[in-house]
Amino acid sequence: MTTTVPPAERADAGPPSLRRSALAPRRRITNRIAMVLITLALVIAVVPLAWVTISVLARGLEIMSWQFLTEDIPNSYRRHGPGMAPAIVGTFLITGAAALLAVPLGIFGAIYLNEYGKQRPLAQVIRTMADVMTGVPSIVMGLFIYTVVVVVTGEQTGFAGALALACLMLPIVIRSSEEILRLVPDDLRQASLALGARQWRTILTVVLPAAISGIASGALLAIARAAGETAPLVATIGIAFTVNPNLFSGQNTALPAQIFRNASQPFEGAQERAWGAALTLVVIVFVFTVVARVVVSRFAIKER
Amino acid sequence: MSTRTTKEEAARPALSGGSGGVRVERLFSWWTLATGLLVLAILALILITTTKQAWPALQDMGLRFITSSTWDPNPASGNPVFGSLAFIYGTAVSSLIALLIGVPISIGIALFLTELAPRRLRGSAVMVVDMLAAIPSVVFGLWGVLVLAPLLVHVYRWVHDVFAPVPGLNSIFGEPVGTGRSFMTAGVILAIMIIPIVTSISREVLSTVPQANKDAAFALGATQWEMITGAVFPHSFGGLVGAVMLGLGRAMGETIAVSLVIGGATNITPNVFAGGNSMAAVIVQQFGESTGTFTAALIGLGVVLFAMTVVINLAARLVVRRAEIRVRGAAT
Repeated sequence: MTTTVPPAERADAGPPSLRRSALAPRRRITNRIAMVLITLALVIAVVPLAWVTISVLARGLEIMSWQFLTEDIPNSYRRHGPGMAPAIVGTFLITGAAALLAVPLGIFGAIYLNEYGKQRPLAQVIRTMADVMTGVPSIVMGLFIYTVVVVVTGEQTGFAGALALACLMLPIVIRSSEEILRLVPDDLRQASLALGARQWRTILTVVLPAAISGIASGALLAIARAAGETAPLVATIGIAFTVNPNLFSGQNTALPAQIFRNASQPFEGAQERAWGAALTLVVIVFVFTVVARVVVSRFAIKER
Repeated sequence: MSTRTTKEEAARPALSGGSGGVRVERLFSWWTLATGLLVLAILALILITTTKQAWPALQDMGLRFITSSTWDPNPASGNPVFGSLAFIYGTAVSSLIALLIGVPISIGIALFLTELAPRRLRGSAVMVVDMLAAIPSVVFGLWGVLVLAPLLVHVYRWVHDVFAPVPGLNSIFGEPVGTGRSFMTAGVILAIMIIPIVTSISREVLSTVPQANKDAAFALGATQWEMITGAVFPHSFGGLVGAVMLGLGRAMGETIAVSLVIGGATNITPNVFAGGNSMAAVIVQQFGESTGTFTAALIGLGVVLFAMTVVINLAARLVVRRAEIRVRGAAT
């Protein structure tokens, strides 16, 4: 290994070409193969992403129309044609209600972790368990809400679904908000405390405003993820074919639930609607993700 | 400490008006603590309430709930039987396939991002992974069942024919099911879905490898690959194990996509091209038409799933944290 490189060549070419030109062929080829495989990994990941996107766009646009977005869902899977409005309304209402529940609670939880708990054992436990909670299967959240809400009230409602989604969002909001709060410089806190403000006032009027766009971005990403969740809704919201604007009474429906239901049907009409609903859902999730990105980049510019 | 409190005491009345400030402060800190404790409360409540709801079925079946492979909720005669071994097997096989396919790809991407990628490519590579994470699982399921599975059948046929004469492998790559909805398809879809999380954790872990170690490997004449195997992998092994375990937890809990592509058969077979079912998938497929003990049994499946994923996630987080602490300790 050491003797393969003649000193003259080494002086000529400098360290980089020392690796490339004078290596034993076996080592060089192993290295080349490994590098190609590593690059290939990224290419392999692009394939399903591109393929799914193209499928959803191509098949979804076939059925996409104004009627599709505004009409009720046909109550027979065999029937062709449009209608997904109840699911679109349901998705916005249920995800919105979930966000109203989970985002404020999550932010307060993050404030506890970063401003009060810090490195105390209890805070460490909560931090770890929040991480664990992000890994709890979404279907389990659905079963949990089914047990404590649907069984007790005796009715599947949109609000039960919202509670299940809120349980999924809570740990994500806590952890992402805590990351942002950690970035707020301590100087700001000290300046505020030095002016005589109490800690709660410092947090609400100094720390939170400084971190708000980062927190908003994390919350938007959590909302985008919750909007695409299906499993917790299957057990909690039931099924509806007409728009149900009341979250607290009557069964409801949402885009992911409709995709799931229609995709498992062997009928063309149902599958067409599933693709249309998938396109709608992907666009909604995409918009939320992009808005989150923009909010973050605005934040970064303001910082500088 | 005490001097600071008295100083605050003296300055406060003018600013926030008497002892009200103390009360607000106390209320506020308690309120934030309560929201933090909510996480622990929810986790505990999940365990308690679902176990209680599932109790009739668990009590009926006893240990046979996880050791029996007979799942017969509506028998022609006699009592219903709920043995979930077939579904535990399905969860294990599909997750294993997902790890075998997904982990090398994820670690490859993570290596590409930390060691190879030119800076301008890095941003778009990260975006690919983020976009994969953003696509809802039900959309992967829809694509898997209507687009991918029918195409994969041809691949399965070909693999089956190639390995037919090889003993051992011919039972693993057995006769493919006509729809393509099988353990293998579920594994492929799951592999795609665990790539984002495994990649992002691996990337974090790999980026903790000190530049000095890498430079040292290069200075000894290592090629880039030898540097990776000699300096990067030994340093980040623990963290990578944690990343893989998080991927496993994600794969085991994934419900919707799997339930669409796994085939929905109660089946224990070495043949990965045959249809089967997983714990999470059974729950969504059968929940709508279940009543009484049947519902309890499905919730029982959820309890088992919950316990398994919590244990795996907890272990993974501890492994990752320990690896990070060791690295930081060494660096400072």
